[in-house]
Amino acid sequence: MSDSEEFKKALADWNVKNDKAAAKFPDRKAKFVTGSNAPVERLYSPEDLEGRDYMADLGLPGEYPYTRGVQGSMYRGRLWTMRQYAGFASAEESNARYKYLLAQGQTGLSVAFDLPTQIGYDSDHALAAGEIGKVGVAIDSLADMETLFGGIPLDKVSTSMTINAPAAVLLAMYIAVAEKQGVSAEKLDGTIQNDILKEYVARGTYIFPPAPSMRLITDIFAYCAKEVPNWNTISISGYHIREAGATAVQEVAFTLADGIAYVEAAIKAGLDVDDFAPRLSFFFNAHNDLFEEVAKFRAARRIWSKIMRERFGARNPKSCMLRFHTQTGGSTLTAQQPDNNIVRVAIQALAAVLGGTQSLHTNSRDEALALPSEQSVRIALRTQQIIAYESGAAETPDPLAGSYYVESLTNSIEERALAYLKRIDDLGGAVKAIEQGYVQQEIQDSAYAWQMDVEKNERIVVGLNKFQVAEAAPKGLLRVDPAVGERQVAKLQRLRASRDNGAVAAALAALKTAALGDANLMPPILAAVKTYATLGEICDVLRGVFGEYRPSVMF
Amino acid sequence: MTEYPSGSILAGDIRACARLISALENGDEEAYRSLASLNGKTGHAQIIGVTGPPGSGKSTLTDKMIGVLRARGMRVGVVAVDPSSPFSGGAILGDRLRMQGHATDPGVFIRSLASRGKLGGLSEATHAAVTVLDAAGYDVVIIETVGVGQSEIDIVRVADTVLLISVPGLGDDIQVIKAGIMEIGDVFVVNKSDREGSDRVVREIRAMLETQVMLKRGSSVPAGPDTLASRFEEAAHHRLAPESVTGAGIAHGALRADNTAPDMPPVVKTVAETGEGVEAVVDAVLALHARAVASGELAARRYKSARFRLRDMALKRALKTLADGEGAALTDTLARDIVEGKKDIYGAAGELFAVLSRGGKL
Amino acid sequence: MERIIRVLVAKPGLDGHDRGAKVIARALRDAGMEVIYTGLRQTPEQIVQAAVQEDVDVVALSILSGAHNHLFPRVVELLKEAGADDVLVFGGGVIPEDDIPFLKSKGIAEVFGPGTPTQTTVDFIRANLKRK
Repeated sequence: MSDSEEFKKALADWNVKNDKAAAKFPDRKAKFVTGSNAPVERLYSPEDLEGRDYMADLGLPGEYPYTRGVQGSMYRGRLWTMRQYAGFASAEESNARYKYLLAQGQTGLSVAFDLPTQIGYDSDHALAAGEIGKVGVAIDSLADMETLFGGIPLDKVSTSMTINAPAAVLLAMYIAVAEKQGVSAEKLDGTIQNDILKEYVARGTYIFPPAPSMRLITDIFAYCAKEVPNWNTISISGYHIREAGATAVQEVAFTLADGIAYVEAAIKAGLDVDDFAPRLSFFFNAHNDLFEEVAKFRAARRIWSKIMRERFGARNPKSCMLRFHTQTGGSTLTAQQPDNNIVRVAIQALAAVLGGTQSLHTNSRDEALALPSEQSVRIALRTQQIIAYESGAAETPDPLAGSYYVESLTNSIEERALAYLKRIDDLGGAVKAIEQGYVQQEIQDSAYAWQMDVEKNERIVVGLNKFQVAEAAPKGLLRVDPAVGERQVAKLQRLRASRDNGAVAAALAALKTAALGDANLMPPILAAVKTYATLGEICDVLRGVFGEYRPSVMF
Repeated sequence: MTEYPSGSILAGDIRACARLISALENGDEEAYRSLASLNGKTGHAQIIGVTGPPGSGKSTLTDKMIGVLRARGMRVGVVAVDPSSPFSGGAILGDRLRMQGHATDPGVFIRSLASRGKLGGLSEATHAAVTVLDAAGYDVVIIETVGVGQSEIDIVRVADTVLLISVPGLGDDIQVIKAGIMEIGDVFVVNKSDREGSDRVVREIRAMLETQVMLKRGSSVPAGPDTLASRFEEAAHHRLAPESVTGAGIAHGALRADNTAPDMPPVVKTVAETGEGVEAVVDAVLALHARAVASGELAARRYKSARFRLRDMALKRALKTLADGEGAALTDTLARDIVEGKKDIYGAAGELFAVLSRGGKL
Repeated sequence: MERIIRVLVAKPGLDGHDRGAKVIARALRDAGMEVIYTGLRQTPEQIVQAAVQEDVDVVALSILSGAHNHLFPRVVELLKEAGADDVLVFGGGVIPEDDIPFLKSKGIAEVFGPGTPTQTTVDFIRANLKRK
C-alpha cells in the first residue's frame, strides 16, 4: 500500500472505531462550532488539504499572496508595535498618561478622543454636555493638541489617531504641532482611522453624508501621498463591525468591501492605485476562538492581495500587502469576575500575534466597566510583552502554517467572505449596500443570534452563564472628574477671546469656498487650524456645505 | 369626570391626545365616549395617506413633507403604522426615527401604531387616532403605512388623498401593479428618482393610468397638445429631460384650470433624501384637496369611506358577538340541532341573528 | 387579554454603540411588546417628547459613553415636567455600580449591566410597570 492509501484506510478504520465509541460515550456537545458557527470536525488531517497548492495558497512570508505575513522575517526582524489606545479628560492628563506608557516600554501612541471631538462639536455645544473627556481626550483647537503632545518628539514617536469624520482637521492639527517642534511633515509617522463607512454601520460617529465624506477621504490620500508620505491615511476597520455583532467572516467581508469602496473612490478621484494603496492599513478584532481568529487574519491577507492585483491591477507589491492593527475584543470582556478578562485578552493577543499583526492593543481587565486604571493598563501591556519575550510565538513567521485545522479554517473563511463580497458587489458596492441597510441587517441578525445562544447556554461565557460567583462591585475604577467639562469650556472661551478672530473668519471663509469647489481641502483646513479656529467652527463650515448624514435603520 | 377630557384634546394637549389614542387602541369604553364627545369638532384636518413597499422611502418622504407643511404654517400630525409580529404580537415601530428633524417641534405630533393582528393592514385604531389629532387642531394628518396585504385598501377608507410611492429598481415589475392598487392612488410618487430606471417607471405608471382613465370614460384619452400623455410623448420625441414634464410641471399640468385631463392623477418624481420634488408633491396634494372641497368630491368620498367603515365595524361587532359567550354557546346548540334534524339551517340562522339584536358589545 | 406594553428604547447623548439597544428592542418585540426605537443622538428633550406622544409605559435608556449621570436624571426630570412620571424608566450599558445608587435616587428604577439576559429585562418590565 502507498502512504496515502495506508492513511486513507487508517482514517476510515479510525472513524468507524470512534463512531462506535461516540455511540457509547457521546461527545460533550451535540454540535461543535467556531465563533462564526462554522462546524468543527472531529478530526483534521491531510485529507482536508488534498488538492491544495502551497505556493498558490500560502506562498512565503513577505511574498504574494502574503498569507504567511507581509514581511519576510516578521517578528524576528522587529516585534509588532505595542500600541495601547489611551486618552481621556483633558489634554494635560492624557499627555501624562502617554509619557507614562512610553516610559513603560510602549512603542507607539494611540489617541482616543471624546465623543464631541469625534463628531466635530466644540466642548460648549449643547450636545457635548456630560460627554466632555469621557471616552477620550477633548480637543477643541490646536492649543489643546499642543498640550497633548507637549514634550513628546513627533519625529521619534508614531501616533495613531482614532478619528473619522473630522480626521482631516485632527491630522492638520498634528502636522501644525510637529511644525512648531521643527519636525517637517515628511518625517511624520502615524495613522488616522479615517474610515467613514464603518461609522454608518457600526460606530455612529459620522457627520456628513457618504459622498462628501469620500471626498474628504480621497483629499487626504492625495495630500499625504505628496506631503506626508509615511503616514497611513486610513485604517479600514473591522473591529467595530465585529463589536457590533458581526461574525469573524462578516468582519473580513464587510471590511474588505469598505476597502474596495475606498480604492474605487480614490481611483475615480484621479489617483493611481500604486500611489495611495501602499499606505492603506486595516484594523481588525481578536476574539476568543484562537484558531478561527488566526485563520481570519491569514484569509484576509490572501483575499486582499488578490483583489488588489487582479481587480485593481496594482503593480507595486506594497499595494497588495494587508497591514493591520489589532485590538482585542472589548465585547468579550465580562463585568463579572473581571480578572478573568486578563486571560481572555492574553488568548486574543496571542491569536493576533500568531496571525501576524503589525501592531496590537490589548484591553484592560476593567473595560467592561470603565476606562482602564493605570494598574490595569500596565497588566495589559505586560501581556503583550510576555507573549513577545516568553511565549516563543514571535520566534518564527506564521508558526501555525501547515496545521490541517488552521489551513482548513483559512480556506473556509476565504470562501465564505468571498460569497459576501460577491453579494455586496451585486448590490452595487459597499456604499449602496449600506444605504439599503444590508450590512446593518446582517450584523444585527448575528448580534441577536449570539445573544440568544448565550441565553440558551448554547454558548458559554465563563462567569456569566457558568461558574458564576456572588461578588462585590470592583473598586478603583477610573472616574473622569466632572469639573473637566467646566474647565474645558472655560479654556475654550479664553481661546476665543485671545486669538485673532479676523484671521479665523478669513480662514473659515476660504475653507467654505474650497468646500464648494473641487480643491483639496487639506491646505485650507491646515491654514484654519493655525489661526486657532476651533474644531466645531471648521466642521460647521463643512456641515453648511455638505449637510449632515441622517441614518435610516432597519430591524 | 372623565379620564380623557375633550377640553384638553381640543386645546391640543399632547399628553391628553396621546393617552386617548392609547385608550382607543386598547378598546377602553370611556375612551369611546370621549371620542363621541368630540363629534362636531372634527373634519377640518386634511388626511393624507402615504403608502408604498418597504424600502420606497415613505418615512423619508413624510419627513420632508412635514418640513414643507410646517414652513407653510401648518400643524402636522403623523400616524405611522407598522406590522405586528404574527408570532409574538409585538412590534418594532421604526418610522419615527426617520422623522428626527421634527422631534422637538411643538407643531408636529408623531404617533407610531402597530397593526395589532390586522394582517398587513391598518390597525383599527388608526382612524380613531386620526380623529383625535383632527380634533386637536392639526391641519394635516399623514398616515404612513407599508403597502403589503390589505393596507392599501384600508388606507383609501381613512384618507382623503392617497400617495402611492414607487421606486425604480425594486424588482422587475412595479409593485403598484397589484390588483386594484392603481385605482386608489390620487398622487403617484416615484421616489429615489435619481436612480436608473426612474423614467421608465414614470412612463409605465402613466400608461396604466391612461388605460384606467380610458376604461372609466369608455373612450380614448383625447390627444392634443395639453394632455399629460401628449406632453410626455413630446418630451420623449424631443429627448427632453424628463424633469421638463415632471415635478411641478406634472402636478400643475394635472390640475390645470381647463382640466384637459382632470381625472389623470399626477405623477411626481422625487428624491426624498435631498427634498427634491417634495414641494411639488405637497402642491399637488393641497391642490387636489382644495379642488375636492370645492367640488363636493371630498364630502362624497368621506361619505363613502364612513359608510364602508361603519359596515366594516358593525360586521366586526356582529362576528365578535357570535364568537363570544352566549353567541358561541348558541351556535354550538343550533349546530347540534341541525345535525339531529331538529332544526333547519334557515331557521337556525334566524335564531342566531336574533342574538345580535339583543345588543352585542364590541 | 392583557394590554400590550409600549416601550421607548432610547440612545441619549453622542454614544454610537447601538448593538445592545437593538438586541433589547428585538427581545422586547419577541416578548410581545411594541417598541419604538429612537435611533442615535437623542437629547433628553427629544426622548421625552417621543415618550409623551407615543404614550409609552417604559423608557429604556442605553448608554456606553459615561455620560449617564448627566443625561439620565435629566430625562426623568423632563418626564415629570411633562406630567408623565408614571412611566417606568431604567437604563443599561456601561455604567459603574458605584453610580447606581445615585441614578436610583434620581428616579431610574434599575440599571442592567453588561451580560444581563434579555429575559431579566422583560421580567423586570412586567413586574414593575407603574401604569396598569
